[in-house]
Amino acid sequence: MTTLGDYLTVSGILFAIGFSGVLLRRNVIIIFMALELMLNAANLSLVAFSRFRLGDDGLPNYNAQVLVFFIITVAAAEVAVGLAIIVALYRARRTTHVEDINSLKF
Amino acid sequence: MPSFLFWLFAIVMLVFGALVVINRNPIASALSLVICFLGLSALFMSLDAFFIGIIQVLVYAGAVMVLFLFIIMLLDLRAEERRKMNWVAFVGGFLVAFSLLVQILAVIGSTRMAKQAFPPLASEHVDDVRNVGLVLFGNYNLPFQVIAVLILVATIGVIVLSKRRLR
Repeated sequence: MTTLGDYLTVSGILFAIGFSGVLLRRNVIIIFMALELMLNAANLSLVAFSRFRLGDDGLPNYNAQVLVFFIITVAAAEVAVGLAIIVALYRARRTTHVEDINSLKF
Repeated sequence: MPSFLFWLFAIVMLVFGALVVINRNPIASALSLVICFLGLSALFMSLDAFFIGIIQVLVYAGAVMVLFLFIIMLLDLRAEERRKMNWVAFVGGFLVAFSLLVQILAVIGSTRMAKQAFPPLASEHVDDVRNVGLVLFGNYNLPFQVIAVLILVATIGVIVLSKRRLR
């Protein structure tokens, strides 16, 4: 029997994988994919809690699922804008390596 | 959902999620991310969230990943050449991520709620899409329209950003 903790553990491990990807990788596009992993880990725990806390009518709590719907929508818009920025950056600098893009670094 | 199916999809998802970070070739990373999202969608469906599971496949595994692959191939990114690794930054980043994982697992382990199984639903057949739609268009009508404006703004922003010369 799977418990709530199993889903939360999987979600936590996925979040940690995404977080380590953001910290360790030096390619902007890979960092962007790792960000998507972290967003999806949050979605998984939201849906798990939605199924765990049933409403009065014995159905899942749909407020959480609507929040997940909004997160997916905003993430899709974010991907479009972020990739456009990466393309503009590549045109200007010919690189996607974050260590080559350090004009703002003190 | 039987327990072994949960572990099968969870392990597939985590392995391919780790491959996203480990692979040196961006295209291999993107394709691993597709498999990871498919496994995640199966987990959503195991939680009786069929609508979210379908949206996950359509939006993430479909639209978003096509966008990623399109950009990777447009920029013609090859596998990264090996650079001199900054070992201090590497070990430091790994330790930070690992300590985060340990903290998350410790919190989950100390919560009593996490050891309970999921309560059974009132009925076997859930009108998932209908119920999500009722909540979405009833309680969350204004946020829904704000999201529509956000997507419009994102569309215009992408067009402006991809113009060759900004005036």
